[in-house]
Amino acid sequence: MSSDYEYDDDDYYDDEDMIDGTQDDDEISDDDMDIADDIKSAAKGKLKSYEVDYDSLSQSEVEKHIRDDTEHICGILGVDLSTAQLLLRHLKWNKERLIEAYMDNPSKVLVDAGVALTESHSQPQAAPIRTQSSSSSGSNSRRPTRSSSKLIPSRSSRSSPTSPTTSYSIPKPLKASKSIQHFLCPICFDDDPALRTLSLDCEHTYCSGCWTAYVVSKVRDEGEHCIRCMEEKCQLVAPDNFIQSILVPEPGAPVGDPTEEAENAKVWARFQELLIRYFVSCNRDLKFCPYPSCTNTVSCPSASSKLSLTSVVPIVSCGARGIGGQDEQLSQSQGRLGALQGKEHKFCFGCPIEADHRPVICAVAKMWMKKCRDDSETANWIKSNTKECTNCQSTIEKNGGCNHMTCKKCKHEFCWVCMGPWSEHGTQWYSCNRYDEKAGQEARDSQSRSRASLERYLHYYNRWANHEQSAKLSLDLYAKTEKKMEEMQITSALTWIEVQFMKKAVEELDKCRQTLKWTYAMAYYLAKGNEKELFEDNQRDLEQAVEQLSELIESPIEPENIPTLRQQVTNKTVYVAKRNEIVLEDTANGFLDGRWKWNASVDGFDDPDPSLIAF
Amino acid sequence: MASISSRRLAKELREIHAEGCPVGIELLKADDFATWWFSIEVMGESQYRDEKYTLQFRFDSQYPISSPAVQFVVGDGREAPIHPHVYSNGHICASILGNEWSPVLSVIAVCVTLQSMLASCKKKERPTDNDRYVRTAPDNPKKTRFHYDDDE
Ligand SMILES: [Zn+2]
Ligand SMILES: [Zn+2]
Ligand SMILES: [Zn+2]
Ligand SMILES: [Zn+2]
Ligand SMILES: [Zn+2]
Ligand SMILES: [Zn+2]
Repeated sequence: MSSDYEYDDDDYYDDEDMIDGTQDDDEISDDDMDIADDIKSAAKGKLKSYEVDYDSLSQSEVEKHIRDDTEHICGILGVDLSTAQLLLRHLKWNKERLIEAYMDNPSKVLVDAGVALTESHSQPQAAPIRTQSSSSSGSNSRRPTRSSSKLIPSRSSRSSPTSPTTSYSIPKPLKASKSIQHFLCPICFDDDPALRTLSLDCEHTYCSGCWTAYVVSKVRDEGEHCIRCMEEKCQLVAPDNFIQSILVPEPGAPVGDPTEEAENAKVWARFQELLIRYFVSCNRDLKFCPYPSCTNTVSCPSASSKLSLTSVVPIVSCGARGIGGQDEQLSQSQGRLGALQGKEHKFCFGCPIEADHRPVICAVAKMWMKKCRDDSETANWIKSNTKECTNCQSTIEKNGGCNHMTCKKCKHEFCWVCMGPWSEHGTQWYSCNRYDEKAGQEARDSQSRSRASLERYLHYYNRWANHEQSAKLSLDLYAKTEKKMEEMQITSALTWIEVQFMKKAVEELDKCRQTLKWTYAMAYYLAKGNEKELFEDNQRDLEQAVEQLSELIESPIEPENIPTLRQQVTNKTVYVAKRNEIVLEDTANGFLDGRWKWNASVDGFDDPDPSLIAF
Repeated sequence: MASISSRRLAKELREIHAEGCPVGIELLKADDFATWWFSIEVMGESQYRDEKYTLQFRFDSQYPISSPAVQFVVGDGREAPIHPHVYSNGHICASILGNEWSPVLSVIAVCVTLQSMLASCKKKERPTDNDRYVRTAPDNPKKTRFHYDDDE
């Protein structure tokens, strides 16, 4: 194991606090410190306009909600726990609807939910009516009819329940043994006298091996939590304790095949997860964390309605970090991938498009993604990593995040995105981000109109894809940066902690490129006018700041310049963070004020004024 | 130890040999526990008078916990019956082969059900989405999530 760095994991993760401790030197202006403080305190305190209020819940916290709801129903309807569970699941966890439907026609609800009708569902009554032995072992599955004890006894004056047997067909098993004493499983035809047999309240009896194979196949292969009796057309649903008795050996039971038992234990855990996922999917305020093998849930009532998604971008995080199980291995073998490790589980509560598509709302992000998919071929060339120098036509490859390209051959400096000369990029008047609508307006005939329309799209797509591409290259950049940090420690007197400013800068760049990327999707659909121009001004300021920081990070290191570089990078990082704040905050406020107008029809908004529709 | 699937199929085969198939159904070939073929025709008055079709059953090791893959054989002069639930590639949209499959059902029970599905047909026509489905259908009909529109 190579250990390039003289730090242990604790230092690595605690560095945020420690770097703050080193920052009270006078290299950073007071002004900038205030901004940094603002950002920090906001993270703990009140919400910014581009943040939503949410809670993250662990699996056991969700289970507690489930238990509370179930017990509530037990109390109100006077049913046992497993009946309440099946009833609630049948009515998609809508307690009000369940209570209403149950009051109206209890036996119908019970039958539909797959519950056997027994006397236990009636209101407290005197003598139990069931007369038959409940022992199913040794019983024969050919028992032609259900015993009358399965009928619900007439419970009250207001409803006379209908016979549940009408909803079943008479079981028609394969020819089983004629002997009554001798059990023959109608599925596998095993007749071993030692066979363990099981049945639900319908008493359709099968051997435990068949039950296990069936439950495992339903849960593991089909992801199904509602498991009906194996008998044809029998509607009874296996309650949780029945599933448990199949998958989890009872204490003191003879030890079985260990691999099989381990597999069954996994299936039991999966079954419980399916139940939680189902509960979560029934509740608009809840979403299951989409990260692999994470079982947390996020509650975000403020983003539960479709309408709310026209004014907020509900980016949430489940509270966990890393990818289940892999995280530990990663940190041991690949310290360099520090960037990926422990990444928080961020996702959009409103859509599955991307972990964070702020500042643009879900509906517009979705339109943009569809547009990109539909036009993927036209735009594919942009994604390529090579372009030709506009001056000498030699091939140039992009290998970092920075857009400032210098031709190795002729030394011509240009912008990777617009191919314009780089010299004009640093100045305020130059806007690489803004599409010149004039060319489009002048296009009269349909051919040049469609060409102008393509050019307009490519303008935004090009910039969108460029930031995406840079984000993909950011892993390389992290690696390169860590190398540089290492170098700096050797060539200067800086400690490991003191070179962390580089890592912070790369992290901030990553975040800002993500924002920038989605501002291009937003700008593509924004109707032209003052508001759009202000939006693009903010976008340009962020873009310029990002490019400047990017260039600083990628510039070669001269030992004598390190202190200056450190100050410049630190200041620029703070500035970039501030520009990002402005874009996010102003866009979010615009949504809350209803300031944004579109050039296409967007779900949840009024149709655009015909004069604003883009060609 | 023989798998459940082969023990179960052996038992079904013994019963077929001992008691024969129901009228209109004939075992064509069952040399292993992977694929069986039957011929099927509808007796009496029906839309399919004097027509004979071939049914193919494919079993995996999960049978009978999981349903067999059942379809009409198409090609070599054989065709799928024209029926609102039968696609021209031989795939069948029947809930008994999908979400209403029960492990207590048998190969013969499936044959009988399909036979009566044909017998009760009023009008010979293909499913409305036949062309679209056949163009993109998977080889194994079990991979299709059929929408059982008019289940009885
Ligand atoms: Zn069995
Ligand atoms: Zn049953
Ligand atoms: Zn998570
Ligand atoms: Zn979204
Ligand atoms: Zn050149
Ligand atoms: Zn440019």
